[in-house]
Formats: sequence, structure tokens, C-alpha cells
Amino acid sequence: MRPVVIAGVANTAFVAANPDLDETEMVEEVTRKALAEAGLQRSDVGFVCSGSSDWVMGRAFSFVQALEGVGAWPPIRESHVEMDGAWALYEAWLRLQHGDVDVAVVYAYGRSSYGPVDDTLTLQLDPYTTKPLEPDPLSLAALQARLLLDRGHATEADFAAVVAAARGLDAASLLQAPHASSPLRAHDAPFRTDGAAAVVLRVGTTGGPRIAGIAHLVDSHHLGLRDLGDSASTRNAAARAGGTAGVEVAELHAPYSAQVTLLARALGLGPEVRVNPSGGALVADTPMVSGLMRIIEATRAVRAGARVALAHASTGPCLQHNLVCRLEAS
Amino acid sequence: VRPVAVTGIGQTRHAAKRDDVSMPGLVREAIRRALDDAGLDWTDIDAVVMGKAPDLFEGVANPELFLADAIGAVGKPLLRVHTAGSVGGSTAIVGTHLVGSGVHDRVLVIAWEKQSESNAMWALSQPFPFQPPVAAGAGGYFAPIIREYITRTGAPEHIGWLVAVKDRLNALHNPYAHLQLPDITVDTVRASPLLWDPIRYLETCPSSDGACAVVLAAQPTGNNRPAWVHGTAMRTEPMLFAGRDEVSPAAGAQCARDVFAEAGCTPADIDVAELYVPFSWYEPMWLENLGLRASGWRAVDAGETARTGSLPINASGGVLSSNPIGASGMLRFAEAALQVRGLAGAHQIDRARLAMGHAYGGGSQFFATWIVGSERP
Repeated sequence: MRPVVIAGVANTAFVAANPDLDETEMVEEVTRKALAEAGLQRSDVGFVCSGSSDWVMGRAFSFVQALEGVGAWPPIRESHVEMDGAWALYEAWLRLQHGDVDVAVVYAYGRSSYGPVDDTLTLQLDPYTTKPLEPDPLSLAALQARLLLDRGHATEADFAAVVAAARGLDAASLLQAPHASSPLRAHDAPFRTDGAAAVVLRVGTTGGPRIAGIAHLVDSHHLGLRDLGDSASTRNAAARAGGTAGVEVAELHAPYSAQVTLLARALGLGPEVRVNPSGGALVADTPMVSGLMRIIEATRAVRAGARVALAHASTGPCLQHNLVCRLEAS
Repeated sequence: VRPVAVTGIGQTRHAAKRDDVSMPGLVREAIRRALDDAGLDWTDIDAVVMGKAPDLFEGVANPELFLADAIGAVGKPLLRVHTAGSVGGSTAIVGTHLVGSGVHDRVLVIAWEKQSESNAMWALSQPFPFQPPVAAGAGGYFAPIIREYITRTGAPEHIGWLVAVKDRLNALHNPYAHLQLPDITVDTVRASPLLWDPIRYLETCPSSDGACAVVLAAQPTGNNRPAWVHGTAMRTEPMLFAGRDEVSPAAGAQCARDVFAEAGCTPADIDVAELYVPFSWYEPMWLENLGLRASGWRAVDAGETARTGSLPINASGGVLSSNPIGASGMLRFAEAALQVRGLAGAHQIDRARLAMGHAYGGGSQFFATWIVGSERP
């Protein structure tokens, strides 16, 4: 494989609703800043790849207009995944392996303010067997949390501690809140936001954290056909990405507090690993951006001194599809 | 980068409504045929790449997630590509890179659309913020561009009718094709209703349910002869700015130059091509844009693009005969590969050694091409 480093990153502010910037403007801002951070010009870019969702944006071909923000003239080499931007980064990393281009720009954008995200996510469920039951994402996450409790892998206090650490709150008082979907409480859910993020990848071994490994795997969609108390795809993806040895910081894309516990356990992360120092999705969860943000936050952790950081992205009900990226100081 | 072989190809019977199958059933019909062609089984596949056009077409968000089981992706990497109408081509190219780079040895790419689940005209006509709504679907968007081509080149109006007839007669030799119109003639095309000037009813593509699957591998698999990927390219330009030439987009021309450069050949070397022609006039337009002919309409008029001509275009019947949107691009790539494998059946063109597959999407702004050959590059 050709060595690839993360040469620049950028993100917008993440707020509950940002009606002042349209998607094109958000993409323009983050791609410009990420390139500036990398010390590169648009003319240096050999490939562009983005991640977004038409259902999140409420219209077909929503990525077409956002593309205007990246400056696609003269014509560029470009692709798009209908996925979180972390998978756009995977396609860009793959494209750099082809050998003819050396710099790639990745971006992702999403809105929580355009419509009820829970309803949109429910549309991901099997339309023949599961969607008609209309299980909402909080209730699906609660199934996972219940399994962790039943197996003695966690307590409700553990979930509260995750939220307290992410948001700077008091865990004991969080436990006083009523259950919203037992055993989860309203504060166990992600804080949904609008925003965009961008990453610049460059072939080489210097100038930013090195992508030591990147891999992704999907589990069965059907809730009865996999162990909801575990994440085999996360564990196996991490193994393919070079393992967890020496990891100092892990940024896990766990929209619900109990999923932090679940993922840390699936990955076998010890107490020495700092998990989600950024606060993760509990402080800012932008659809299609949140996974890419974990790679960005892991990048920042390495820049701040960590020798190895692990970034994880997830999509689908109950963490169905998982990507792991191992970053090492160059 | 190592050479990539196309060792398995499968497609569904395409129809307006495939009420006999679910979405999983539709994609499995194509995949099973591709695996059989490749002499492989589900467990032999290392990774899956799925492409389709907007999820609004079926009313399911990110359907690759619920289809993961049906397409044999569980426990494997699964990517979902969406680059508008060019997506079938882009999906095949991502799969090619997965094998060529050495990341995986055997990759399944699958593209599909089940348009009967929804209303494509509605899904295609969602208004963009801050822009006047067109609300005319694809035909309304492309008709003025076609009119401009006619104005520029002085092409006579029967050119579009000739293409409409040619592709539908070609489709009679393709058992998978949606439209089977044995009685079509230039007169019936001319007499069909004018939908969006200058496009007549019989000059448009159908709305289809269908899927296409391709197995890409580092080595030949099974007993059938593979095609070899000689080059791939993707190019994109913005939809909205005054400097664009929508009749002959710079991105399309650049995409062709890229793919010829990577394949190390010239337009004159291409024996057959499968071009993305959803409206008849796009055949002469793409012939010029891709550098295959200096005057596209004169080539059509002279019969050069017919099955018996010097450069057969869309011997399969093309998009004009089957259009499951997300799969249409991959069908072009797959049909090009079938030709150089000698496995195109009744629509096989003799002595096809090098073939081009082409797809475009959005407002003539997303392009994907590949060149495949019978010989290992």
C-alpha cells in the first residue's frame, strides 16, 4: 500500500440548527480551511470524495449542489458515497492507492434541523419486516443497553458516567432522570447538530498522522440475527486495521451512551485508553459527518501528542456497519 | 497496480414492474447469475460495492444496510456509491480499484433500481433551495440541450428517430431488455407524441426495475473467458455556471481523454461501445464529446453505429430499451465486457476486442468510463 497521511482537517461549528449557511457554503468553508491547513491549493488536489444522505437533506441528488462548494472546475476526479464521510475517506484512501494522484479531499455534510432525524433513521430499517413496526433509534439502542445490563457488562451508572464526562455534568443527578426508553434516559441520546467537515489526504510519510490501517465491515441488518450486545464487525475491522496495541486515544462513533461501553468492550480497550476526549456524538452528532469527525478528532489527538489513536465510525441500526482507522504519529 | 479481470456478469430481466420479486429478490437474481458466470459462490467474495441512484426512488434510506444479508455482504466490507446516473459505472470503478490496489482479490459490484416502488418523476423533481423549480424531470432538463446541439450542427431531425429505431431493434436480440418493440419504424417514432421539444415519446428511455452485478477478480475464475480492464476514469464538473458547455461537457471529454490515456489506446481502436443514451439524440452528442466521431450525426446517418457498422453503439439496446437508473451505467460497463468476452449471445458483435462502457449523470456533469479488452493488459 502507498503510505497516506492526514495533512489537513477542518469542520464547521456544530449547532442544533444553522440556517445561515447552506450546504454549499459549509463545504466551501471546510474544504478551503482543510487545504490551507495542509498548505495545499485546489490545483494540487487529484481526487475528491464526499459523503451525505439524500434522506437527511430531504431531496434527491442533494450532493450535486454541495459539490459547487469544492470548486469542480476545471473538471475534477470525483466520487460520492451515500454514507458517512468516514467511508468517503476510505474510498479516497483507496483511490490514492491507484498511483496516479497524490492528494485527495474528503468532505461530508448533514443537517439535523431539516426534519426529525429519528424518523429518517427509521427509514433505514428493512421495509418488509422491521420498518412497519416503527422502532425508533432510542428504543433500538435501549435493546443493546439492556443486554449489557443483563450480562453484567455495565450498570446504568456507567451510562450516566459516559454522559457526565462528555457533557461536564454530574452523573449522580443524571440518574435521577426518568427512563425515556428503559434503561436509557433522554440524556443518553446524541446531541443532534448541523454542520460539515473536511479532511485532506496526502501520499507520504510526513506532514500529519499516518493512516496505519483502515478497514470496515458490515454485520447482519436483522436485529435477531446478530448479538446486539457485541460488535463483531468493529472488533474484526480493528484487527484488519492493525489492531489496538498501543492505542492512547479512541474516538468512538457511539450516538448513545451505552454504545460507548459496548464498543470499548468489543475493542478490548483498557482503562489506559482515553475514550472520546472530544465528547463524541453525545455533544455533536451530525448525520453523515459524525464518523468522519471521529477521524478528525483522532488526528487532533495525535497532533497533540498521542502516538497512536483509533477512530471508529458507525452507521445503521444498532451499530450495524463499522469502520476503524488506526492513526499513528508520523 | 495489478490487472483486473471481469470474470462474472449477471443481470435481471428488466421490466416496468417486477412485482414478482422483492428488492432483495431483484438484486439476488443478478448476483446469482454473475456468480455462476464467474464459477464462484457467495463465500468466495471478499467485499461488496453497491451503487444506486437516489434512495427516494424506493422510499428506503441507505438500502444497502437492509440488503447486506441478501447480497452476501455480512462480515465483509460494504461500500455504497451514489454519483447520480453515472453511479453504475462509478461503482464498477471503485470495485476495480479494490482489486487493482491489492486490497481484495474478488469483489462483487451490484447496481440496481426498483423504480416501481416510487415515482421517479417526483423524486427527480424535488426543488433545490434558492433556484427556480424545473419540475419537468430529466426530459425537460435535457431537451433544450438537445435543441442546442441541433442548432449548432445543423443535424436533420430524423437523426434522433434513427437512433430510437436502431436501439429498439437491437434490443430484440437481448432477452433481458425491457422494451421489445418489433414493429418500430422511423414513421412510428415520428408519429409518437412530442413530450419535450424535440424529444418524442419513442425517443425516450423507459422506467425500469432491474439490477446488474459484476465480479471483478485479480485472476480469471471459472470456465468462461474474462474481460480485462484496460482503463477507468471518472470526471465531474459543476451543474451551474455560465462557462459550462452542456452540449459537450468538458468533464465528459476529459473523462474520455483520461481513460484512453490509461488504456494506452485511441478512439480508433474501439471496436464497440455502450454509451449512456437515455434520449436518442445523446448518441450523436456523446460520439462527439468522447472523441469517437468528429460528426456524431453524420456517423448515425451513415449507419456507422448500427450492428453492421464500423462502430456499433449499444448493441444491447442500451438505456433506450432498459433503464433501471442506478443499474443503467453498470449495464453499459457490463455489456461492453460481454462483447469482448464473446458472451453477448444474439447481440454479439464479431471481432470485438476492445470496448468502451460509458455512463453520465446529474445535469450532464458526472462521467464514468472504462475500456475493457479481450487481452490481458
